[in-house]
Amino acid sequence: MFGNDITIPHLLIFFPLVAGLLAFFIKGEASVKAWSLFAAFITLFISLAALYFRNDAALSGTVFNYEWLKYMGSSFSVSLDGMGRILTFLTAFSFPVIFIATYKNTYHHSNTFYGLMLLSQAGLMGVFLATDALLFYFFWELALIPVYFLCSRWGGEKRIAATFKFFIYTFTASLLMLIGIIYVYLQTGPTPFSDHSFSIQAFHSVALIPSQQNWLFWLFFIAFAVKMPIFPLHTWQPDTYEQAPTAVTMVLSGVMVKMGVFGVLRWLLPMFPAAVAKFDNLVIGLSVIGMIYASLIAIKQDDLKRLVAYSSIAHIGLMCAAIFTTKQIAVEGVMIQMFSHGINIIGLWIVIDLIEKQLGVRKISQLSGVAHKAPVLTIMLVVIALANIALPLTNAFVGEFMMFSGLFRYSPWYTAFAGLSIILAAVYTLNMVQKVFYGEANSLTAGMRDISMNEKIILGVIVVAIFIAGVYPQPFFDLAKDTVTAIVTRFK
Amino acid sequence: MGLMNNILQIVWLIPVLPLIGFLINGLGRKNLSKSVSGIIGSGVVLASFLISVYVFFSVKEGNTHLAHYFDFINTSALKVGFDFQIDQLSSLFLLIITGVGFLIHVYSTSYMHEEDSKDFAKYFAYLNLFVFSMLLLVMGGNYIIMFIGWEGVGLCSYLLIGFWFKNNNYNAAAKKAFVMNRIGDLGFLLAVFWLLSKLGTANYKDVFANVSQLSTFDITGITLLLFVGATGKSAQIPLYTWLPDAMAGPTPVSALIHAATMVTAGIYMIARSNILFTMAPTTQAVIAIVGLATAILAATIALKQNDIKKVLAYSTVSQLGYMFLGLGVGAYTGAVFHVMTHAFFKALLFLGAGSVIHAMGGEQDMRNMGGLKKYMSITHITFLLGCLAIVGMPGFSGFFSKDEILAGAFAKNPLLWGIGVLGALMTAFYMFRLYAMTFLGKFRGTHEQEHHLHESPAAITFPLIILAVLAVVGGWIGIPEIFMHGGHRLEAFLEPIFAQSNAIAAKHEMSHSTEYMLMGISVAGALIALLYAWNKFSKYEKTGAEETGIGKILANKWYVDELYNSIIVKPVQSMAAFFTNVMEKNVVDGFVNGVGRAVNYGSRQIRLLQSGQVSTYVLLMVVGILVLFIIQLFL
Repeated sequence: MFGNDITIPHLLIFFPLVAGLLAFFIKGEASVKAWSLFAAFITLFISLAALYFRNDAALSGTVFNYEWLKYMGSSFSVSLDGMGRILTFLTAFSFPVIFIATYKNTYHHSNTFYGLMLLSQAGLMGVFLATDALLFYFFWELALIPVYFLCSRWGGEKRIAATFKFFIYTFTASLLMLIGIIYVYLQTGPTPFSDHSFSIQAFHSVALIPSQQNWLFWLFFIAFAVKMPIFPLHTWQPDTYEQAPTAVTMVLSGVMVKMGVFGVLRWLLPMFPAAVAKFDNLVIGLSVIGMIYASLIAIKQDDLKRLVAYSSIAHIGLMCAAIFTTKQIAVEGVMIQMFSHGINIIGLWIVIDLIEKQLGVRKISQLSGVAHKAPVLTIMLVVIALANIALPLTNAFVGEFMMFSGLFRYSPWYTAFAGLSIILAAVYTLNMVQKVFYGEANSLTAGMRDISMNEKIILGVIVVAIFIAGVYPQPFFDLAKDTVTAIVTRFK
Repeated sequence: MGLMNNILQIVWLIPVLPLIGFLINGLGRKNLSKSVSGIIGSGVVLASFLISVYVFFSVKEGNTHLAHYFDFINTSALKVGFDFQIDQLSSLFLLIITGVGFLIHVYSTSYMHEEDSKDFAKYFAYLNLFVFSMLLLVMGGNYIIMFIGWEGVGLCSYLLIGFWFKNNNYNAAAKKAFVMNRIGDLGFLLAVFWLLSKLGTANYKDVFANVSQLSTFDITGITLLLFVGATGKSAQIPLYTWLPDAMAGPTPVSALIHAATMVTAGIYMIARSNILFTMAPTTQAVIAIVGLATAILAATIALKQNDIKKVLAYSTVSQLGYMFLGLGVGAYTGAVFHVMTHAFFKALLFLGAGSVIHAMGGEQDMRNMGGLKKYMSITHITFLLGCLAIVGMPGFSGFFSKDEILAGAFAKNPLLWGIGVLGALMTAFYMFRLYAMTFLGKFRGTHEQEHHLHESPAAITFPLIILAVLAVVGGWIGIPEIFMHGGHRLEAFLEPIFAQSNAIAAKHEMSHSTEYMLMGISVAGALIALLYAWNKFSKYEKTGAEETGIGKILANKWYVDELYNSIIVKPVQSMAAFFTNVMEKNVVDGFVNGVGRAVNYGSRQIRLLQSGQVSTYVLLMVVGILVLFIIQLFL
């Protein structure tokens, strides 16, 4: 059994896992909601502990090797580094926010709904913590599979079609990655108990000739690119975000897209440096095209959810481009941006959900003058929307600045082109603010009320987080320093 | 030493006080009475002004500082401190921003009094936030802190243009301002990235010290991109069209943001980076030409506008053009000098126009005004002084600063001077057309309007009087050498800022006779244009006739908005529509859906993976794996 070796990373995984499994057996919607919220808060405290103890020698590294499937060369090994701390904290922070923001939403079979949500959280934690390729793959699926069920059972009208698309995309992509993992595994050296090893050290140091790297790169990259998503593999995302229940959309967009970004940083870059050097231009090119393409499409969206979805594709495109520059400054920017993007997009979903719950619509063309009836909601939305377009002193500014700065060192021309998205983002964001919030109220919005105290608090938490990270981003850089250095030194 | 330490202890209060004002008025807007909001809003700016005066005199004694507060970003790849640069240039701007800013806050307490108390507090919150951002912009010790203020003032401008957000035209104007500013901001950002990639730092001190490491190509590219940023914020060709639309905001906002302070940010930035620009003669030529072209273009449009605020808006664009002309010909002191005098007389003119609009019950069309002289004597006199200052009558502030820019232009190229003087004649014409149509002749408005005509209350006339005094005497700190030896005290004060540029720039010595002649020509020309307009428009009658020919083109602003609409806005919109409706639906998604259908078809054929059952199988698989894993774990 675990003995004395239970560490924070284990708790981060097993607490939501067990809480989720228990949730399936809880009767009554109120109790299961309370239980899930309680569990989410406990997980948040565990992750805060992980941040607090970061300099404690006993916890640094926090590796625990349970000899598990020993004879296959696999083990239950998890570890918490700087990037892991940022992303597990994002995961732990998001779930209570999501549960509170959607507390009034009702679900049939709510125990199953919340159980699946918590299982997904456990999967996400595992993805960010695993230092064993097989374990990583297992958690990758554990995070995704509950989402298929959540979308297909609790989603909107076209949920089956949307889920099917999401499923085809992600499942195919995952299978490609599995093939890749098995192939790389077979190239690794022996351990005392097995011929090969799934450990991250073995994967990172495996000797692959460039021709092998060239096709393995794509097996992994497609899996991660679908998840982010990168143009042209993105079309599942607007449909899924639109059809999934809002709580699930928040998890998907706020946290799960980071699985793709994380996967590239943790696994792909270290394993295939030669292929990265070969394909960096292509990947950055696709990312940059996707940024402009998605920003232009965002201008034309009438559905608020789809607008945010395309905006997110543009923002993630920048992260992917920044990573593939392998410049220190750009990857540092990605670290803080992974967190900021999650906070901001969840904030946007909360506002959209509040509008939709009250008025039953989320079409820009049907809304007008919301600011008259709901001034506090409007202020919150404007702050979050401005953070989303990276206004200085909000959380996204520093990250975007550093990513663009790194991209400039890679190619000024790509940067100038990608920079157009800064302008387009202002266009689609201010269009939306103008049409939905400003102007005269119409018959639909005239009866609107402002948000309640609970909603003020939860949006207030997000707004405060936006400014703290925007004014004093340094803690993120201190956290991420070692991870970034380890990644980029391979490319110097 | 004692003074120096004191400065560092209080200098951070200059921006923080308005920020506190913003927070109090913003958070307490439901509970604060109008007088409390007004006192807080104005009081914090007054306090900042008093500290700024103290700082200014300390700087004057030679105490300049680079104050470091905390590390904004500190990584191995990028180090950005939250630093404030306290020197001659920033301390001068501090005085202008907080001084003129305070007067406009006072003015606003009366001008905005008809708003309900919630909106009143919101207005002051935004105005304080603007002052905070503008102060960050000029105090920042590196390009990144400057950029924080740079985008911050843009945001406040957006919020205040759209202050009356029920009106969708106002919202559109606000959005236009923000988007056009962002186009410029992209240029600014690219310049900073370029600097960072070459020098690894964005601190002024380090950039200016290492400027010799930059190749001519780099330095030209960087300065051109910085200038793109300036064209957005300071409304120059091609990005000037947002400023006239920005007049949708309340008039004190036009005075503070769209005349006296924010729009001069581009001039501040270039003056701050003067050594970079001095090293890039190509960029300087571009700036001089663009500045002059803007000055002329905007002046021609101003000739035919009938909205009192629109005339002043185009006049602002035109005057900003002169400042850029000054920067382009290396007359940095002259440009900064003109920023200062322009802040006085243009704020005065806008506030005066606000007083008129207030008296006219919201009317802005000069064709319906006339003869206001006898109803509002303080507004009238102060406005007249403002007009005399802007057209550069000898002794008034605008005379000294404009003269310095034009003399600099002449030294560079007499043609630049000639065109500049032409613009000055137009300035005299349209300003006195405005003055005469508004204050002279007969009243042409409705009876009801006439009945309500009155002089404005003290909160409005007091700032007018102060600004009128400054508009007259403000130029006396920069009296040219030919009139008084050592008379240009501003030049002596700013000398350390431009020392690096002065050391390498070619000196142009001009004979006294040439200088007198240049002055004589421009003053005589302006006087003739002034008297002509005075004479013509004091007898103005409403005819209702449409403009024709060139007049129609000018009244329609050279159709530049229409041009931008058809060559930029519409193509972008159709491209977006094409991507949305064709590419995304049929090509990208179509391919995927095709794959999906094929899979679906295949699965139906083997009768195993019917869509309803896929999830069941996956569920079974996952549960199986899960059980295995958990058993493994607990054994």
